[in-house]
Amino acid sequence: MNALRKKLDQLKKPFAKGEKWEKFAPAVNAFDTFLYVPNHTTQKGAHIRDSVDLKRTMITVVIALLPALIYGIYNSGYQHFIQLGEQFTFWDAFSHGALKVLPMIIVSYVVGLTIEFIFAIYRGHEVNEGFLVTGILIPMIMPVDLPLWMLALSVAFAVILGKEAFGGTGMNILNPALTARAFAFFAYPTYMSGNKIWVSEASNIDAISGETLLGSLAANHEVHYSVWEMFSGSIPGSVAETSVLWILVGAAILIFTGVGSWRIMLGGVIGAAFMALLFNLWGVNALMNFPWYEHLLVGGLAFGLVFMATDPVSAAQTFKGKWIYGILIGIFCIMIRVFNPAYPEGVMLAILLMNVFAPTIDHYVIQANVKRRKKRVSTATVKSA
Amino acid sequence: MEYVNLFVRSIFIENMIFAYFLGMCSYLAVSKTVKTAVGLGAAVIFVLAITVPMNFMIDNYLLKPGALSWLSPDLAELDLSFLSFILFIAVIAFMVQLVEMIVERFAPALYGALGIFLPLIAVNCAILGASLFMQQKDFSSVGEASVYGLGSGVGWFLAILAIASIREKITYSNVPASLRGLGITYIITGLMAIGFMSFMGIKL
Repeated sequence: MNALRKKLDQLKKPFAKGEKWEKFAPAVNAFDTFLYVPNHTTQKGAHIRDSVDLKRTMITVVIALLPALIYGIYNSGYQHFIQLGEQFTFWDAFSHGALKVLPMIIVSYVVGLTIEFIFAIYRGHEVNEGFLVTGILIPMIMPVDLPLWMLALSVAFAVILGKEAFGGTGMNILNPALTARAFAFFAYPTYMSGNKIWVSEASNIDAISGETLLGSLAANHEVHYSVWEMFSGSIPGSVAETSVLWILVGAAILIFTGVGSWRIMLGGVIGAAFMALLFNLWGVNALMNFPWYEHLLVGGLAFGLVFMATDPVSAAQTFKGKWIYGILIGIFCIMIRVFNPAYPEGVMLAILLMNVFAPTIDHYVIQANVKRRKKRVSTATVKSA
Repeated sequence: MEYVNLFVRSIFIENMIFAYFLGMCSYLAVSKTVKTAVGLGAAVIFVLAITVPMNFMIDNYLLKPGALSWLSPDLAELDLSFLSFILFIAVIAFMVQLVEMIVERFAPALYGALGIFLPLIAVNCAILGASLFMQQKDFSSVGEASVYGLGSGVGWFLAILAIASIREKITYSNVPASLRGLGITYIITGLMAIGFMSFMGIKL
């Protein structure tokens, strides 16, 4: 280990302050902190000693994402073979999915990190680890057959306008991964919705029914999947959004480590269940009659609530605010699903909408708190007087 | 039910800021703090909720082709709709003057904070826009017009409230120097409009 440390220090020499390559220091430092924990200590003010820093937090999220991602890779292949009616083994499905999904992940990371490094060097700040999560989230929420250049463009849009324009990690107002998906969704609608795109290499085949559950419900078609299939995730959909089972594993990791807010997740489930139940009672069309517990299982609701809504930057920050924020996401998600024929999937836009209003919710929660405390002070002084 | 639909539609689906990008000048200029934003938003709600039904009456009983037939049957042919711009503006200016006096009397601090933008509501495009949309939409009763005016105002209020809290939040962000101020506000508005896209295409 010491030898590696020495080698690194030697390599870093030309990048030190006042040396030739000073400008590129952030790039080198990023690789350095990837290998070693930086040992900066603050010189004055409050000291907090904690082994959980931004990097550890982000890696935890990536680990929590892995079960859903691995299942998503398998499911991409599984859907391909099942819909084409071919014989296949587990490894056939897995390798087919990997050949589809891994290039997406690589493109997303390469494009995003390149932009991050350019901004870091140009603006002289350090490269942050925030993109580790965003970069893996973006391919996970795209349809598997999305052309790679569209993916690259969406990543660039999200990183530049959604994040770096605000000053980088921790400053953005909308979740960058969802910004990328919304960009792709509105810029290339034919590649982001419909019934052929959810199964890989199926666009030339006429006789498949690869539409997502919500898509077929919106079109008033019969649903032929069992509740177990919805829960385990062997249904068409974006790469990793289908399996509620493995998303719940990720949720458990996030909640156990305290990285993701259980208040937002629970609030979202309550809001969605309440709204879906209400529509069940109303029950005019197929989407309204869709049982409320199945509403919770299909589409991106579980994935969005666990991994997107809990993004600590763009979510509400106060405890009370998190409840309100979560519940409203659930309510809006089901409302968009049911009311808006153009978007059978509502969770992306519901979260983006609540991202917009999260600072407002926080503002009023804090103001209410200030008011309550002032009142307490004034009653206390009256009593003592 | 009809009224509720119209109300929701005018707030979210036909939002003045995010669907039509109307009333941008004061939206951009007075959204630095939540407090002033709320004040201006409330003023806009008030002005819209009163001017739209008033203009509806004027349009229906004075300006429309044949609107004057209640006066005498001879005037049934008369079409004064070329006067609609000027009369609508006059009503709006009148209402804004009233609001200005009320705010100055009861909330002098807010009056100072809003500054020139309070009288400028008179030329806020969202306000005249709502009256002209009202004319175009051919509402059947004064009730519909008032609900539409109120809803448009609430939509504008929500938009300026949201952007003001976002701008308060990003005062701590390390925004590139060339984007500080209006530049980043435009970017935020665009991103917010993406959020509001969720309502596009809903038929109520």
